[in-house]
Order: sequence, then structure tokens, then C-alpha cells
Amino acid sequence: MKLLHDTSLIFNRQMQLLLRNPVWILVGVFQPVMYLLLFAPLLKPALQVPTNAEAYEIFVPGLLVLLAIFGGLFQGFGLIAELRAGVIERSRVTPVSRLALLLGRSLRDVVSLIAQAVIITLLALVFDLRVFVPNLLLAYLMLALISLMTSAVSYGVALVVKSEDALAPLMNTVAQPVLLLSGILLPLTYAPGWLQGVADWNPFSWAVNGTRALFRGDLGSPDVWQGLLIMAVLAVLAVGWAAREFARSVR
Amino acid sequence: MIETRGLRKSFVSRQGRDKKTVEAVRGVDLTVAEGEIFGFLGPNGAGKTTTLRMLATLIVPDDGTATIAGADLRADPGEVRRRIGYVAQGGSTWDDSTAREELVLQSRLYGASKSDALARAERVLEGFQLTEYADRKCKTYSGGQRRRVDIALGIIHEPRVVFLDEPTTGLDPQSRAHMWDEIRRLRAEGMTVFITTHYLDEADALCDRISIMDNGEIVASGTPAELKREISGDVVRVGLPVDAVQPAAQALTSYKLETYEDNVRLYVEDGAVAIPQILRALDAAGVPLGTVELHRPSLDDVFLTKTGRSLRES
Ligand SMILES: Nc1ncnc2c1ncn2[C@@H]1O[C@H](COP(=O)(O)OP(=O)(O)OP(=O)(O)O)[C@@H](O)[C@H]1O
Ligand SMILES: [Mg+2]
Repeated sequence: MKLLHDTSLIFNRQMQLLLRNPVWILVGVFQPVMYLLLFAPLLKPALQVPTNAEAYEIFVPGLLVLLAIFGGLFQGFGLIAELRAGVIERSRVTPVSRLALLLGRSLRDVVSLIAQAVIITLLALVFDLRVFVPNLLLAYLMLALISLMTSAVSYGVALVVKSEDALAPLMNTVAQPVLLLSGILLPLTYAPGWLQGVADWNPFSWAVNGTRALFRGDLGSPDVWQGLLIMAVLAVLAVGWAAREFARSVR
Repeated sequence: MIETRGLRKSFVSRQGRDKKTVEAVRGVDLTVAEGEIFGFLGPNGAGKTTTLRMLATLIVPDDGTATIAGADLRADPGEVRRRIGYVAQGGSTWDDSTAREELVLQSRLYGASKSDALARAERVLEGFQLTEYADRKCKTYSGGQRRRVDIALGIIHEPRVVFLDEPTTGLDPQSRAHMWDEIRRLRAEGMTVFITTHYLDEADALCDRISIMDNGEIVASGTPAELKREISGDVVRVGLPVDAVQPAAQALTSYKLETYEDNVRLYVEDGAVAIPQILRALDAAGVPLGTVELHRPSLDDVFLTKTGRSLRES
């Protein structure tokens, strides 16, 4: 199948380039690891939970979702560099599937995110976090959907604005309120009613709740399927839109 | 092989609140025959790249039609893509990839199997004398090597038509001569080559036929020899001390003439008859003479008579 074939070509090239400088994956986890080491110890007293393990059950899923959102949103910068080098234009005169141009790149982002998530999960195990493997895999699926969506959005926006100077403030403006209104770092349990009301409209807040439920071991919670469903729908929409931007004339 | 009728494209650029429309290409009619090197000659901003990008399916024309290698540009851009190669003005290689990786990927994007792609890459690397550098990162290449990789990428799938946007700009004279040989080799292999250039000597020496473009329009088309023949008569070039150029121009107002930094050029019916008259006129005006040369019109003279400007100066 052509789409599959083309996607794997683009994906392989992108992975090859990524693995040539794997240090970027480590740079990407540096900040979350700092949070894990320096911020998380404050959590047990702050969240008033009896054990470290419980504090990490709340904090680590938030941290991972945060990583997925931000990691994805800033992928557009790489694409702008490729636009400037003429690589995208060169692809666009070939008969390659436009959807593959997007998916090959976004899937690379998903893989590098999952690699980072594994590093963080392993570290958290050292701090007494315990999670069932099937639940963990479902949580990774959630992260994969988030990063697929955010990276596709970032690529689409990059193709529209075509300059780093416009992309950076735009992504920051989107990311900040999304971050603050999702209860990512601290759950919104203690938030005033209006804040919780606003957060209900933030899809990422659903994703965080679902991921937390999985880490808690509460597979049956409706948060899980709701979060996954919302992220899946948004990922499909984002991919569809960004692929159309690839197909449209650039410049 | 390429046939266009009335191709048009304008861009709207926004500067603050002002909207400005640039008519980049205004009605281009072209016919390019199979197996020829066709040249698009024109100054910066003439609309060469915009025309090429339309023919390469990268931008959609506002108006007009085109058939390329038998495929209709508007009805079936996908088929056009399969039949053409395109090398952008600004290059197309990624710093951290090697030439071989780029070539293999490019070939596979056109549907070649892995082993076929490797063999093709090897073949074009050899053809473009790149084997030695094939496994080094593109950022380590010289400008000329990198340009050769660009062109190799454009032809690796053996298209019937290849568009080369300013293939030799920025190359030193020796690399340019090499590039001309490469381009002639493509023609010898049966490809139709469409290049753009703003070098007169390149259009003259390399191209079988050219179109001169200015301001989004084609102002003249033909073989270089035909175009030069169109300008009847001769060119008399009078070399002068710099401060004598203006007085000389005033003394010769009855001629069709163009002034340059240290010479004036006159377009005359018959040089042998005109030279004594010119000398007499200059002498009468007291203008000190440098040299006098008589030559056949160049492509620059063609450009000058068609547009009223010199290509060298625009
Ligand atoms: N995307 C764009 N938006 C606005 N104006 C554009 C755009 N692309 C090209 N133009 C304008 O269209 C005109 C023709 O540009 P084009 O790049 O086709 O010229 P060119 O003949 O290739 O010139 P050069 O020799 O400098 O490469 C120029 O005035 C240019 O500024
Ligand atoms: Mg150009």
C-alpha cells in the first residue's frame, strides 16, 4: 500500500537523522527529570497523601502528558529548517503521498516521546512508583495520541507561518493556558468551581485524568476511555488538517 | 514536450495594512521540443522561478493551461510529477544527510525498490563524479559539489523533462563549464532540459533555444543565432575616457545608442559606413577617442532592443 510504503520511507529517514544525534532525546528529558528529582519530593506533604508512591502516581502522569504536549508543539521548528533547506519542496515534486510526509515525521516524534516516557517511568520506579504493565501500555497509547496531535498541529502551523519568529510566540500562547488549565502539575481537586468548569473544556485535562486513572490502577474508570477517545478524535482531525497543508502549495 | 498557453500568476503581498499585487507571470506561451536544452533568460524578478514552479506543480496557475510530457498540468498534476524532475534555485539537500542517502530516498519516493535505488544512486554518483564524497554529510560539500547533488537528485528517476532553476549561479567558471557538460550529457541521454539563467554566455553557448523573459512576459523566443540575426545591422562600440561618455552621447544623438561606464554602443545598419561618420561627429565635438570596435549583436543587445534596458545592468 502506497501510504504505508511512503510513510515508512519518511519515518525511516527521520529516525536515521534522529539517531545520528540521540543526545536530543536526552536533552528533551532533562527538564522533566529535574522536575522528578527536585520538585516531586515536595509533593507528599503538599498533596497530603500518606506515601511517596501515591504522590508519584499523581505527579508522573501529569509530567508525561506535559512532555507529550510540549515535545509535540515544538516539532514545527525542525520543519521550518527543512522548508528553508528546500527538502520539503523537493519531496513535493515527487509523487509521494502528502499524508505520508506528515505521518512519517509525526510518528518519529511519537517514538522519541515514548522513549523519553520510558526513561522517566524507569526513574520513577526508583521512587517507589508502581504501575501494572497493561495499564502503563494504555497510558503510553494516550501519550502517543497526544504527541501525534500536537506535533501535527505544530507542523501544520509551521507550514502556514513559515518562520520561527512567528511559530515560537504562537506555540507558547497556546501551550501556557492549556498547561495551567489542565491540572497537569497538580490535580484540580482543590480548585474553585469556576476553574474546574473551565478545565472541563480543556481536552488535555481529560487526557490527564485518564492517565492518572491508569497509573492508579483504575482501569475501569470512565476517565480512561473518555480521555483516549477525545485524544484519538483530536489526533485524527489534526493529522487531516496538517496533511492538507502539506498538499497545498507551499510559499 | 512542453506546451503552455497563457500561464499567469500573481501574488498578493501584505505590508502592514497595504495589499500589493505582484503580477509575477502574465501570460506565458511556450513550446519546448523533445530532446532540446531550452533556456529561460531574464533578470532578477522576471518571473522565471514562478513559471518553473507552476510547471513543476508546486503552485497552481491563476490562469492558462500547460501540457508537460503528455500530461495535463491542471487535470493530472500527479502524472506530471511522475514524468518530470525539478531542481530548485535554492538547493534541496539536508546538511546532516549524505549524498547517497538523499539519492536513495529520492529514488524510492519515485517508487524504486531498495536494490534498484541503491544501483541508481551509484550510477548517478558516478555520472556526476560524486563517488568520492558520496558518504560525507552534505554540509561538508563545496558549492559546486552540492549543486551537482541537487541535479543528480532531480534526474535520478530518469524523467523525460527536467527543470533546472539557475543550475550554475554561484559557481566558479570551471565548475560552470563542468555543469554545462553535465547538462549536455542529460540531453544526450534523451532528456528535455529546461533551464533558467541570467547569464548571457550560458544562454548562448548551452541552449538550443531560448525565451527572453522580462517583467512576467516573454519578449523574444528563438535560437540564440536567430535572435541575434533579428537585430539588423552591427554594433559599434566606442571606448572612451570616463568623463568623455556624456559629451560623446550628446554628439551622437542621431544614432540609436546606449551609454556604459567607459564606452558607448551604437546600433547601425552598416558598420563600415557608419564608423567614419561617427568618428567625424566625435572629432567635431572635440571628444577624445579611445578604441573603436565593430561587432555582431550579442544576446544582451537583443535584450536591450526588446526591453530598452541592458541585462548586464539590471
Ligand atoms: N510568494 C511570493 N509572494 C509575493 N511575491 C512573490 C512571491 N514569489 C515571487 N514573487 C514575486 O514575483 C516576481 C517574480 O519572481 P521570480 O522568483 O519568479 O523571479 P525570477 O525570474 O526567478 O528571479 P531571480 O532571477 O531573482 O530568481 C518577483 O517580483 C517576486 O518578488
Ligand atoms: Mg528565480
